[in-house]
Amino acid sequence: MKYMLLIYNNEAAMEEISKADEEKTIAAYGAYTEAMTKAGVLVVANRLRPTSMASTVRVANGKTEVLNGPYAETREQLGGFYMIEVPDLDGALAWAARCPGAAYGTIEVRPIWAM
Amino acid sequence: MVGGDAAHATAEAVARRSYGKLLAFLAARTRDVAAAEDALADAFAAALAAWPAHGVPDRPEAWLITVARRRAIDTIRRRQSGDAAAGHVRLLAEELAAAEEDAVSIPDHRLALMFACAHPGLDPAIRAPLILQTVLGFDAATIASAFLVAPAAMGQRLVRAKGRIRHAGIPFGLPAREDLPARLDAVLAAIYAVYAEGWTDPAGTETRRRNLAEEGIWLGRLVAALLPEAPEALGLLALMLHAEARRAARRDAEGNYVPLAEQDPACWDAAMIDEAEMLLRRASAGGAIGRYQLEAAVQSAHAARRLTGRTDWAAIAQLYDALAALTGSPVVAINRAVAVAETHGPAAGLAALDALEGDARLAEYQPYWAARAGLLARTGGTQAAQRAYDLAIGLEPDPAVRRFLQRRRAELGPGG
Repeated sequence: MKYMLLIYNNEAAMEEISKADEEKTIAAYGAYTEAMTKAGVLVVANRLRPTSMASTVRVANGKTEVLNGPYAETREQLGGFYMIEVPDLDGALAWAARCPGAAYGTIEVRPIWAM
Repeated sequence: MVGGDAAHATAEAVARRSYGKLLAFLAARTRDVAAAEDALADAFAAALAAWPAHGVPDRPEAWLITVARRRAIDTIRRRQSGDAAAGHVRLLAEELAAAEEDAVSIPDHRLALMFACAHPGLDPAIRAPLILQTVLGFDAATIASAFLVAPAAMGQRLVRAKGRIRHAGIPFGLPAREDLPARLDAVLAAIYAVYAEGWTDPAGTETRRRNLAEEGIWLGRLVAALLPEAPEALGLLALMLHAEARRAARRDAEGNYVPLAEQDPACWDAAMIDEAEMLLRRASAGGAIGRYQLEAAVQSAHAARRLTGRTDWAAIAQLYDALAALTGSPVVAINRAVAVAETHGPAAGLAALDALEGDARLAEYQPYWAARAGLLARTGGTQAAQRAYDLAIGLEPDPAVRRFLQRRRAELGPGG
């Protein structure tokens, strides 16, 4: 089954970490991605720019509205994602627990709705 | 219609003995528990129609599996079209062929089914009801009445849980070795919840509740048989058997509550106690102590009174010490305080209870106030004891226990 691992963390706190800590985090993500690739489970993954770069679009009464900023103001923000293919939820949960972001943020695990 | 009755009885016997096994087999590959339930219900209905007329087949379980599989394939063909249906139907057809070839021994996936039902991805409160429904074939209304939940709400929660098993990809299988202890604990907790619901009817007058206690023990036996090397599975079964052995002794002939300390050991079920003791010995040989073994050991220490005529409270206090360290449970701490009172006097027991003061969970917990009242009465704190008895009486749902507490309060004299 395919799952999305959605990585939520506090953007503001992340912006304040030292250069050395940032490098460590990036290296940890590199190792994590490498491990997923080696295990043959990785479908696609990416980091997202902060929510200050987000635009929000909705169409109301046939009129398109574009807003600056994220869909919802939350304490933690979606910062990146991994799509993986594993046999079942246990496999997905095991990879989510290994994600560097799980140590300081939250990983939401969502099954892909196959069409 | 003797033949018809016999066929009916056979169908019921198979349903009773094999429901969970058949359902687990039907759902294992697709993880679609709801569809497997529907197919199995159709198969039982077909059996009730066919068996009285044509006789009971040689292998009733295989007959039911074959019919259920065909029903499932028909349903998918009706509901879906195109490639998705083709894939699903091929999966089911393969299983049908496998089941027909291997009709003598249908593999037992019940343990896998129970691990799915007690998966951490499911709400803990729905795990016991789900096991009752899938392993034992209880309907939602029966489960709802046992757990004091509205039938419609219970039905919805069961449907949602089955949807999660299917769509979130909750696995049917034994967990990884490093996860096994925690996962098994969830399965055992669900089984103990089934038993505990049945335990709350001490007189056994409410059939549905007494049945739940029996079903809890049945499930405990099943897990102990399927995982004979798991000490905690043996420990839980020992614990339930020890409790069940004393069921009848909890009431006197007039229906009055009899506390454990005043029960006549001759009223205990000796065969159940013997079995529990044997299980506990086997469990301790496994060398991995746990919550259920410790709780069973406490019950074993109480049961020893039938041989020695006395209760070894020092040993019981020690077992509660170990349990408190393991669980941090305030309920354990209350029992520990009662045991301390028996070895070091009521003042020491009261001091142990005082240490729990401020735990919000205890404000509405009857055994805390009953224990407090009993110890206060023994230390001469009559008025405080009366107040504690009032709280305990007000919180107790069982009329017989309420009468017992009211008698104890009255013995303190008037006032308060």
